[in-house]
Amino acid sequence: MSKYTMHILVCGGTGCMSSHSIEIVENLKKYIAKTGMQDIVQVLRTGCFGFCEKGPIVKILPDNTFYVQVKPEDAEEIIKEHIVKGRKVARLLYTDPTTERHISDSKHMEFYKKQMRVALRNCGFIDPTNIEEYIARDGYAALAKVLTMSQEDVINEVKKSGLRGRGGGGFPTGLKWEFAYKNKSDQKYVVCNADEGDPGAFMDRSILEGDPNSVVEAMAICGYAIGAQKGLVYIRAEYPLAIKRLEAAIHSAREYGLLGENILGTSFSFDIEIRFGAGAFVCGEETALIHSMEGKRGEPTTKPPFPAASGYWGKPTNVNNVETFANIPVIFLKGADWFNKIGTEKSKGTKVFALAGKINNVGLIEVPMGITLREVIYDIGGGIKDGKKFKAVQTGGPSGGCLTEKDLNTPIDFDNLIAKGSMMGSGGMIVMDEDDCMPAVAKFYLEFTAEESCGKCTPCRVGTKRLLEILEKIVAGKGTEGDLVTLEELGNTIKDTALCGLGQTAPNPVLSTLKEFKAEYIAHVRDKKCPAGQCSALLSYMITDKCIGCTACARNCPVNAITGVVKKQHTIDQSKCIKCGACINKCKFDAIIKG
Amino acid sequence: MAQVKVTIDGITLEVPKEYTVLEAAQKANIDIPTLCYLNLHETSMKSNKASCRVCVVEVEGRRNLAPACVTPITEGMVIKTNTMRVLKARKKIVELLLSDHPKDCLVCTKAGDCELQNLVEKFGIRNSSEINKGEQSTYPIDQSYSLIRDMDKCVMCRRCETMCNQVQSVGALAGVERGFKAIVGTAFNKPIMETVCTHCGQCVAVCPTGALTERENIDEVVKAIANPHKKVIVQVAPAVRVALGEDFDYPAGSIVTGKMVAALKQIGFDYVFDTDFAADVTIMEEGAELVSRIEKVLKRETDVKLPILTSCCPAWVNFYETQFTDLLDLPSTARSPQQIFGAIAKSYFSEKMNIPKEDMVVVSVMPCLAKKYEVERPEFNHDVDISISTRELARLIKQMNINFESLKEAEFDRPLGESSGAGIIFGTTGGVIEAAVRTAYEKITGESLEKIDFYELRGFEGVRTATVKAGDLEINIGIAHGLKNARMIMDEIRAGNPRNLHAIEVMACPGGCIGGAGQPYHHGDGEILQKRRQALYKDDVANEIRKSHENSEVIALYDTYLKTPISEKAHALLHTYYKAQERI
Repeated sequence: MSKYTMHILVCGGTGCMSSHSIEIVENLKKYIAKTGMQDIVQVLRTGCFGFCEKGPIVKILPDNTFYVQVKPEDAEEIIKEHIVKGRKVARLLYTDPTTERHISDSKHMEFYKKQMRVALRNCGFIDPTNIEEYIARDGYAALAKVLTMSQEDVINEVKKSGLRGRGGGGFPTGLKWEFAYKNKSDQKYVVCNADEGDPGAFMDRSILEGDPNSVVEAMAICGYAIGAQKGLVYIRAEYPLAIKRLEAAIHSAREYGLLGENILGTSFSFDIEIRFGAGAFVCGEETALIHSMEGKRGEPTTKPPFPAASGYWGKPTNVNNVETFANIPVIFLKGADWFNKIGTEKSKGTKVFALAGKINNVGLIEVPMGITLREVIYDIGGGIKDGKKFKAVQTGGPSGGCLTEKDLNTPIDFDNLIAKGSMMGSGGMIVMDEDDCMPAVAKFYLEFTAEESCGKCTPCRVGTKRLLEILEKIVAGKGTEGDLVTLEELGNTIKDTALCGLGQTAPNPVLSTLKEFKAEYIAHVRDKKCPAGQCSALLSYMITDKCIGCTACARNCPVNAITGVVKKQHTIDQSKCIKCGACINKCKFDAIIKG
Repeated sequence: MAQVKVTIDGITLEVPKEYTVLEAAQKANIDIPTLCYLNLHETSMKSNKASCRVCVVEVEGRRNLAPACVTPITEGMVIKTNTMRVLKARKKIVELLLSDHPKDCLVCTKAGDCELQNLVEKFGIRNSSEINKGEQSTYPIDQSYSLIRDMDKCVMCRRCETMCNQVQSVGALAGVERGFKAIVGTAFNKPIMETVCTHCGQCVAVCPTGALTERENIDEVVKAIANPHKKVIVQVAPAVRVALGEDFDYPAGSIVTGKMVAALKQIGFDYVFDTDFAADVTIMEEGAELVSRIEKVLKRETDVKLPILTSCCPAWVNFYETQFTDLLDLPSTARSPQQIFGAIAKSYFSEKMNIPKEDMVVVSVMPCLAKKYEVERPEFNHDVDISISTRELARLIKQMNINFESLKEAEFDRPLGESSGAGIIFGTTGGVIEAAVRTAYEKITGESLEKIDFYELRGFEGVRTATVKAGDLEINIGIAHGLKNARMIMDEIRAGNPRNLHAIEVMACPGGCIGGAGQPYHHGDGEILQKRRQALYKDDVANEIRKSHENSEVIALYDTYLKTPISEKAHALLHTYYKAQERI
């Protein structure tokens, strides 16, 4: 990078690419060429910056200017003003919602202030397709260091770091490596689980798109530690960009002698292959993942035997998630003691979350363990959209539970979230406001898990289907109080008897909302009302005496359910009304209420 | 073996450390209920998918309930199998299964023999509202000549899948779809007739419910008997007589030949014959073929190949016609005993008794479902008209108001009712080849065989080999039962026959015909197979004639009709051909 004096970094994550960030890169290059500065200004497509709400992001170095929501046509102005004349383009700078002032450097933004980027350290900073940029950021130095250590020392360092699996279970990574190491075999495997499947989650995808080399390096380190010569990445085929960049990273690593025979002149040989998943959620479960890689039906089997003893083709296999691997090189570069000072007593390091839902700053964040939910939602997330009231936050994806106002000061770590009835999961975090109906939310998640159940064990195959049917009944206004008892009993049975993690956690959204929002369920089944005003079967729209007879509602009703004469209060024919809400949106006098 | 101490329901005991919770509980005489689990120790069949979750138990220190069938024990483990939590959970599981199961148990083929029904009864499930809620799966009925798949009744225990893939290596059935729609299906949902299914019916033998059942042909038999213009002839396979008793509460291994014959006569069959007679003819043909092929190979003639493969098992024939299409010149061309019987009945017997074959209905009672398929093969021209299973015969006897136990024993009719001990042991693995050796030995050496029992050919291992000396000649024999074992030995032949095997006997069903899919359900008790097998060997010894070529009616058949084995006439009547089947 030495010959360049300025760098323009453009987010090349899937989200920003959908918003034409490639065209932005092309336009920037075009205008740079026109100025003749192409040898001193470099335009780079990087991985995800995380602030997806404001994407596409363009960042200028060395002055750290952070442009948001950039369009391809803005490129000309950025070059002419910022690069040539040194004047920042104010209209593209981020505006702080509280002070309403422009902030040009991301480190002063609330969104970034409390974040700590370890796993995402290179995302949004380097060109993920250029291994030299990774190497320039100390890439593969950890592998070089590890190759001078004994296998036991490598494992002990990981154990000492306190790193726990980021895929959902939170199992101590060092211990997992040790099991695989201790099982003697002629052939062992390192598997990277990149089958990210939680709705709305894109942590692993972003790492693979933004910093694939870190995963490649970590897998080689793991291979050395447990005594494996072969690594496999199981990635869903729906992640074409991540696959492309990972393939490029593996290819470059081979060219640089960082994969293959006798790595860095040692006797250690290791190589990586990619296996594609067809997008089944259950294939994130490690035994199901292994069966899928073997070409078998992707369904889990009972543990033991654990993969560390009998995994891929019956050989000792260590399966770690993408984010877990992304932490590994840092642990060796900065030391386990550095790492284990971050976080809480039992959960060390940081965690990446995909922040979504009714929140101002949707995006990808990485925070130290122990940060509270309140800090994440209000400081980083910028609070609830449109000034609405916070209702709940769902963590852990479809397997997690809903946490409420009273849990907001809980420091986030593996054990706290479980104690509160939810879980860390792989890092999905969906914020809900007063307009969200909790039985409907539970139904949404059950639709997902019932669909994604592999169908192997009875409680998951039939049980989740029955849970879903009851929830459908409730939101349709046909539920009974007895149904609530069944939900709870059946939910607990599924939790207690299902074969794998998917089934055991599938009832969580139901059980946790039932516990925290019982009154809302009772309103649905007893009073036949949806307090959040979401369940259309339980809603009725009424026109009050505020109506001045402007006829706007009647003209906009798609089914002609509203009648009345001009300048007189109108009425809604309930038998015709389809509860679409068009009338409410058109009424300028707040004369229409729903309830 | 290292022992581990465990406590189950307050009983502390020591068990080998390899045990599962289920096995440890069995040792403590505690009956943990199971549904998907099936372990036939006597064969290689073990299905422990832990999918039904009926066997869940409480393990101290464990967060959730543990499936007893696959949970290994550990030192000091404390297990509770009958707490409120366990009872509630397993009841709920069965209720969930019932909620997606047809409620037509009264008219189900499996009524009374259904393992799900037994659990419902055992757990005292009464609440019909719980089990009638929600969507029901509906699938079209799929059937072959042998079996019926009614997937509405499938509980996804996957035993059939284990059987079809792990034990038989056929691969016709596998789990498909997911979630509530998950089901055991065929490739691309093809009808079973268009798949590589061999119709061995072992899936039927292990299905706990009515999802997989045999195709019943009793009504056709009753109709034939009721027709005054038809002479109805029945032949009974060897393995039937050592299993039929089980359906009348006789202990496993009871030989009920006499009562069975009496029952068949009382039902109204005009002639009750023995498939063993046809088995003896099979040996005459197959034995002659073996001797002729060996002689030709010794003379370095190249128009024949070794090893010769037995061809009496119709599922095995289906298997090699789909899987080993490059080796179709190896099997003996002799038809199966069922078809040899049919051909002789409709030629020799028809002429001898002056009964036009159009007026004749030949029924077979077989331990087998693949025989139903074989009957429909066009090359056999319906020599055998109807094939029913052992289970169907038991049902027919009951329908005909016959008190089986009080029947006076009767004997098979002549001429097609005489048999040798060699014909009897056709019903077990190793039996056909032993019968063949008894005859081939005397043909090759010209000497009388003194030691008739070839113990080296007997046993239950999946693949066995032995060398038998006949004079100067050493015949290398291979035996396989269960189609996966057959595949192993065939792969070896394909790879150049390194062990130089001359003759191989294959039975598709584990154990041979005694373990056939038409036999009374064993419900996972593998010892039953052993007892049936011992009964066959006992019956062999009890027979005065123990070599096929000494069967006087067989001698008469050749003297007066066929002339010699593999004669032109014998070839036309008793032999067949094979063709490759392109299936998926």
